[in-house]
Amino acid sequence: MKETDLHFFIDSTLNYFDEVTEDKAVTGIPYIKSDDPVVLDYTGIIGISGKRKGSIYITASADMLKQMGKVILHTDDLSDDDIKDLIGEIANTISGNVRTAYGSDFMISVPVVVEGHARDISMPEDMQSFVIPITWNNFQSFLVVCLE
Amino acid sequence: MSDKVKLMIVDDSSIIRKLIRKYLDEYNMEIVGEASDGKSAVELFKEKRPDIVTMDIVMPEMDGLSVIEEILKIDPEVKIIAVTALSDKSTGIQAIKLGAKSFVTKPFSPDKLQAAFAKLISN
Repeated sequence: MKETDLHFFIDSTLNYFDEVTEDKAVTGIPYIKSDDPVVLDYTGIIGISGKRKGSIYITASADMLKQMGKVILHTDDLSDDDIKDLIGEIANTISGNVRTAYGSDFMISVPVVVEGHARDISMPEDMQSFVIPITWNNFQSFLVVCLE
Repeated sequence: MSDKVKLMIVDDSSIIRKLIRKYLDEYNMEIVGEASDGKSAVELFKEKRPDIVTMDIVMPEMDGLSVIEEILKIDPEVKIIAVTALSDKSTGIQAIKLGAKSFVTKPFSPDKLQAAFAKLISN
């Protein structure tokens, strides 16, 4: 994975928050994921196949997703299913939007959502994973990218 | 007989279905059905016969491009807005070649979706 790959994901992430919430997000300096888990309350995972292979996930707190849901739909009435759906949709949109850079050979799966603090999210062991910290409205979340 | 435009929303995300409903609420239309996967979208289409369909592309069971082909065989007059996170040009071109009238990339603002919808109902 090259630095330019990370830039594609950072741009896609920033654009997502800007367009959907009209509130800018800020990304921190990406770092190589260690054995320490990077998992918050809800995680949306996308498998990547085609020209590039790997996986990406975004993980966020329940409070952040509730706030996002409130901003997007103008309601406090969000079910647990809505929150799970939202984290899956964020993962889907961020990974789908990088096709502007990679083209249609960059195939994405439907999202898989994990609820709760899993021990960690398994990524391909033979590749490095990069963690991109994201801050939106004082909430912290993380995008983890692992690409061949 | 109602002169309201009949809309069907197809997306595997309930948040996106709610968002589309909210953004298009101001128009004189009736939402006749919602589907969260491709196969049930085709079945629901046969039953409800909407005038306009918003169609997600990446979905379980059957992808949106295949659904576009199927429902246009059933009703060649139906107007389809492809709504997808796949932002590469070729996906948009493919959807239009298959018969979609418009292509909206996620994430979308109310303006973007409303413009696509307004164009179809004005035609």
